[in-house]
Amino acid sequence: MASSTATRPDTEHGRGPVPSTALKRSGDWARRAPLLPALIFVIVMTQLPFVATLVISFMNWNAYYPDERGFTGFDNFARVFTDTNTRSAVLVTILLTVAVVLVSLVLGLCIALLLDRKFLGRGVVRTMMITPFLVVPVAAALLWKHALYNPEYGLFNGLLKAVFGDNAPQPDWITNNPLAAIVAALVWQWTPFMMLILLAGLQSRPLDVVEAARIDGASSWQIFRSMTLPHLRQYIELSALLGAIYVVQNFDHVFTITSGGLGTANLPYFIYQTFYTAQDYGRASAAGVVVVIGTILIATAALRTAFSLFKEESR
Amino acid sequence: MSTTSTPAEGASTTRAAQPQEVRHARPPRSGVLLTALAWVVGVLFALPVLWMVLTSFHNENDAAKNPPDLFAPLSLDGYRSFFDAGPWPPLLNSLTASVLSTALVLLLAFPAAYALSIRPVKKWTDVLFFFLSTKMLPVVAGILPLYLFAQKVGLLDNIWWLILLYTSMNLPIAIWMLRSFLAEVPVEMLEAASVDGASLPRTLRDIVAPVVMPGIASAALICFIFSWNELLLARVLTSTVAGTAPVFLTGFVTSQGLFLAKVCAASFVVSLPVLAAGFAAQDKLVQGLSMGAVK
Repeated sequence: MASSTATRPDTEHGRGPVPSTALKRSGDWARRAPLLPALIFVIVMTQLPFVATLVISFMNWNAYYPDERGFTGFDNFARVFTDTNTRSAVLVTILLTVAVVLVSLVLGLCIALLLDRKFLGRGVVRTMMITPFLVVPVAAALLWKHALYNPEYGLFNGLLKAVFGDNAPQPDWITNNPLAAIVAALVWQWTPFMMLILLAGLQSRPLDVVEAARIDGASSWQIFRSMTLPHLRQYIELSALLGAIYVVQNFDHVFTITSGGLGTANLPYFIYQTFYTAQDYGRASAAGVVVVIGTILIATAALRTAFSLFKEESR
Repeated sequence: MSTTSTPAEGASTTRAAQPQEVRHARPPRSGVLLTALAWVVGVLFALPVLWMVLTSFHNENDAAKNPPDLFAPLSLDGYRSFFDAGPWPPLLNSLTASVLSTALVLLLAFPAAYALSIRPVKKWTDVLFFFLSTKMLPVVAGILPLYLFAQKVGLLDNIWWLILLYTSMNLPIAIWMLRSFLAEVPVEMLEAASVDGASLPRTLRDIVAPVVMPGIASAALICFIFSWNELLLARVLTSTVAGTAPVFLTGFVTSQGLFLAKVCAASFVVSLPVLAAGFAAQDKLVQGLSMGAVK
C-alpha cells in the first residue's frame, strides 16, 4: 500500500495512483474495462443474493408447506425480534467475537514482543506459533472437542490424572463452560494471526530512534508506552478489524464443538439451522436481514478505521 | 505500514544486525528468562497439533488411555481406517475447488487491481472500499438465495457452483493485496511499454506480472487456504458428489466405539496441504492475512 516509500530506489520517483501524461490519453471506458469483470462478478455473486434475501424476508415461505407461500409483510421480523433464540444468538455472537478478538489480541501482542528479539531458535518458535492457524478450522474444532476436551480420554483430563493421580478432578469441559470452550479453541487459532501482524509492525519500527531513547536513559516500559505502542496502533486496529470480520462469521467451531447446543448458537449457526433444518425460509431471511443491518452499523465504523489507516499509508 | 517496503526477510536481517548494543545493555539473566518463556509459549501453542500427530499414530486403545501413554507402540491403524472411509473424492473436490477458484480470482483480480492503481478509474477508492465491504457482509445472509438458485438450475452438489462462490469470496482480498503491490511498480516501465504500443494484456503479462510476482504468490496462497478451509457453503450446497474435505470431516465422527486415532489422522491429513503451504511461505502469509497492508 505504501505508494511513497523511500526505501527502494525504484520507487523514489514520486509516483502513486496519479498517472503520467503518456498513460492518460485514452478515455474513461478504457480505464474501466479491466475493472469491470471483477466488479460485475462480485456484485452478481454477493449483492444479488442479499436483494433476494430481502424479498424472501417479507414472505411466508416454509419448504415443508409449499402451498402457503405468499407475502406477509413484517411478520417474520416481528417473530425474529420477539424470539428468545434470536436474541440469544445476537448476544452469543457479540460475546464470542469480542472475547476472541480481545484475548487473542492481548496474547498476540505479548508474544509478538517476546519474539521481537534475537534469541536461539527464534525461527523455530515462530514456526511453532504459526502452526495453530494452519490447521483447517473444522479439524481444529474436532481436535479440541475430542482429543483435548473429552472428559474420558482428552488430553486435559489426561494431564490432570498424570499430575495429580487417580483422584484428580475430571471435569466435562464443554458441558461445564460451553461458550468458554469455543472461545478457547478460537483464541488458540487467532492468536497467531494477531501475533504475525503485530510482529511485522514491531519490526517496522525505526530502530535508531528507540536506540537513541535508550541511550538517553529511557526505561523499557517508557519506550514501550510512548514509542512502541503509538507506532503499533494502526497494526492493532488492522488486526482487530480483520479478526472481527472472520470471527463474527464463525460457523465451524460452533457447529463442530456444540452443534449450537448449550446456549452457544451464534447468528451464523442460528440462520443455518432455521433455513437448513427447519426449512423456514422466510424467518431465516428476516434474521439474515437483521444481521446485515447490524453488520452495516458495525462495518461503517470499521470501514472508517480502515479508511483512515489507508489514508495514512498513501500519504 | 508505510515505513518499510523491504520484504520481511530483509527487515529481520537488518534488525538482527542493528540492535546488538541495545541487547548488551540488558542484564543477561532476563534475556535467558525471556528466551525460555518464548520457547514455553511456542511449545504450548504447538502442543495440540503435536498431540494430534502423535495420537494419529497410536492404535485406538492406546489413544483412548487416561492418563495418556506417550510411548505406546506406533501404529498406522488410524490412517488405515481413515483411508478406508473413502476420503479421496472429497480431497480431490477440495483440491479442484481451491486451485480453480484461486486461478479465477487471480485472473479477475489482476486487471482490476491495475485499474485501481496504475491507471486508476475515477473514484477508485470508493470501488476499493466497496470490495472490502463485501467481505463484511456475512455469508449466511446470502446463503439461502444461493441455495435456491442452485436448486432451480441444477447446480446443487456441483463443484463449479462452489468454485464460483469461493472466487467471489476471495476476490476482494486478492484485489486489495495486488493493488498494494501494483502501486509500487515503477511508472517508467509502464511508459516504455505504452510507447512501444504494447496492448493491455501484454503489458500486464510481460511487464507488470514479473515485477509483482511475490504479491501474486501471497494472494494465491491466502486464497488457496481460505477455499480449502471453507465449511458453511460447502456443507449447505454440496453432498455426496461434490462434498469437500471439511464436509467429509464433519460427517466422520458418527461411528460407534473408539475413533480418536482415526479423527486425529483425518484432521492431520486434511490440514497437511495448508500446513505445508503455510510453513513454506511464512512471510507471504503475513502479507496475505493483512490484505497487503503489511509487507
